[in-house]
Amino acid sequence: MLLVPAALAVAFLVLPLVALVVRAPWTTLPEALLSAEVGQALRLSLVCATSATALSMVLGIPLAWVLARAQFRGRRLLRALVTVPLVLPPVVGGVALLLLLGRRGLLGQYLDAWFGVTLPFTTPAVILAETFVAMPFLVIAVEGALRGADRRYEDAAATLGASRSLIFRRVTLPLIAPGVSAGAVLCFARALGEFGATISFAGSFPGVTRTMPIEVYLALETDPPAAIVLSLVLLAVSVVVLVSLRDRWLQGSAA
Amino acid sequence: MTGVPGLAADLRVMREDFSLEVDLGIEPGGVLALLGPNGAGKSTALQALAGLVPLRGGRITLAGRCLDDPGAGVFVPAAERAIGMVFQDYLLFPHLSAVDNVAFGLRAARVPRRQAREQAREWLERMGLAALADAKPGVLSGGQAQRVALARALAPGPRLLLLDEPLAALDASTKMEVRSELRRHLADFNGCTLLVTHDPLDAMVLADSLVVIEDGRVVQRGRTAEVARAPRTDYVARLVGLNLYRGRATGGRIAIEGGGVLVTADSCEGEVFAVFPPSAVVLHRHRPDGSARNTWQGRVAGLEQHADTMRVQIEAAPAVLADVTAAAVADLDLTVGAPVWAAVKATEIRCYSTLDSDGCRSAPAAGPV
Repeated sequence: MLLVPAALAVAFLVLPLVALVVRAPWTTLPEALLSAEVGQALRLSLVCATSATALSMVLGIPLAWVLARAQFRGRRLLRALVTVPLVLPPVVGGVALLLLLGRRGLLGQYLDAWFGVTLPFTTPAVILAETFVAMPFLVIAVEGALRGADRRYEDAAATLGASRSLIFRRVTLPLIAPGVSAGAVLCFARALGEFGATISFAGSFPGVTRTMPIEVYLALETDPPAAIVLSLVLLAVSVVVLVSLRDRWLQGSAA
Repeated sequence: MTGVPGLAADLRVMREDFSLEVDLGIEPGGVLALLGPNGAGKSTALQALAGLVPLRGGRITLAGRCLDDPGAGVFVPAAERAIGMVFQDYLLFPHLSAVDNVAFGLRAARVPRRQAREQAREWLERMGLAALADAKPGVLSGGQAQRVALARALAPGPRLLLLDEPLAALDASTKMEVRSELRRHLADFNGCTLLVTHDPLDAMVLADSLVVIEDGRVVQRGRTAEVARAPRTDYVARLVGLNLYRGRATGGRIAIEGGGVLVTADSCEGEVFAVFPPSAVVLHRHRPDGSARNTWQGRVAGLEQHADTMRVQIEAAPAVLADVTAAAVADLDLTVGAPVWAAVKATEIRCYSTLDSDGCRSAPAAGPV
């Protein structure tokens, strides 16, 4: 009874990817990959997603620590606020960023007036948009790892005379390293695929803000083979992410 | 109490449904065992000394330095206490090699990396673990991990060493060896050592003196041998394997609380404890007519194999434990529920006042032992 819808579900999930692989212009693939536009979008995407992941780690790991370890009123509320971008439509996130950091935004007007800095439609804007959408993935993963870690190792380090920052660097972080790397990989994958927030906050300027997902969307109308090639690249990245997470996800749920 | 060279601690800690009030003193070079059943508050006492749990009242001074005194608003955090701790399951950092585990405390004290590793290697050598310096904790046996944990705790040069059930995680065959080795290392350590254990043998072998706690309160303290000879609670009596009774003595006859009378050759009067070892009890199927002054009837309530003897639990007034040979169990046909007579010579029963030597009835003595 259940097998038929289950088979349908599998077909529904897998067949589009099969179509993508089957219809890919394999003969002209190397050429297409080396084309200026594809190369530009790929480079920009990698730089932005890597930067967004780094920024998410620098800010997100301490935030995860606060959520997991600090005792204060309103922690649940804070946790809910932090995870809003997980469920928020990304395009809304982009609009929200624009209203905060745009030229006439809440903060953006001062950035412009005092420092002459305008963020929207620049590469840093892409990084901010991606960070906004992707950081919660890292925070949730690291928070879970922190909650699961045995805190008595930190007690042991404290009896050995270690300061809190030394304990965090040399004991806590290494203990939660698997959780941190899983969170970073998820965060990177999410940042790489980011479309809505990026296009509404950073626009689509070739070489500056036009990342791969945006390039795919545009190329679909003007140059379909290029769109397919870019899609294949993004699919390959997804597969790599999945493989690197297989211990935590695939085997974890199979056990 | 400042100026005391060793440890002087009056620990008062409140937990939701539990309060701890224990005072301890240890001289430099001394080893004190804190003994008690599960849930007695041993771990809480250790955590309070280590600075992992703040005191609610009382104070801790170590080598003349006040570490915790809520009344005076003093609390020195764990990292600044000069305390070394060996945890029950060792808690070696799994991502660091043995030598880096041992060097951790030295690095925290800003000893340069090379020097710290060199000293750590020397510690491992002293523990007979030089060959395993670069091994990760995951591949060490229980005994090896215990020695690494001891080296790690001792390396930064603590004034107080806290051992939390240091042998509990080991199997019986390695326990003996590790215990005697631990004794050797403790003899070399000139700071104070507090050993928490529920195994009386650990306490006898490793410690000079004992503090026994039950339900967060001290029930007995003293030199190890004294406590073993003259237990003051059922728990301690069971630990050291003695039958213990409390009663009122008049001219060598002790009326036992809860029923029964014992006759002793000791002279004692008033509220007393009476003790004798289970091996002093002789069992008979019928009423004996030998020379023993104490004979009473009961029923077998349980049988337990103990090394090469059988320990027989007898329900009677008073209840008694008897150690007999397996052959005797067969001869007497001892099964649970069988009627049996117990006989104990008056000369086997020792008797001492329920008052402490300082005249306090079961109240903890003030100040260090």
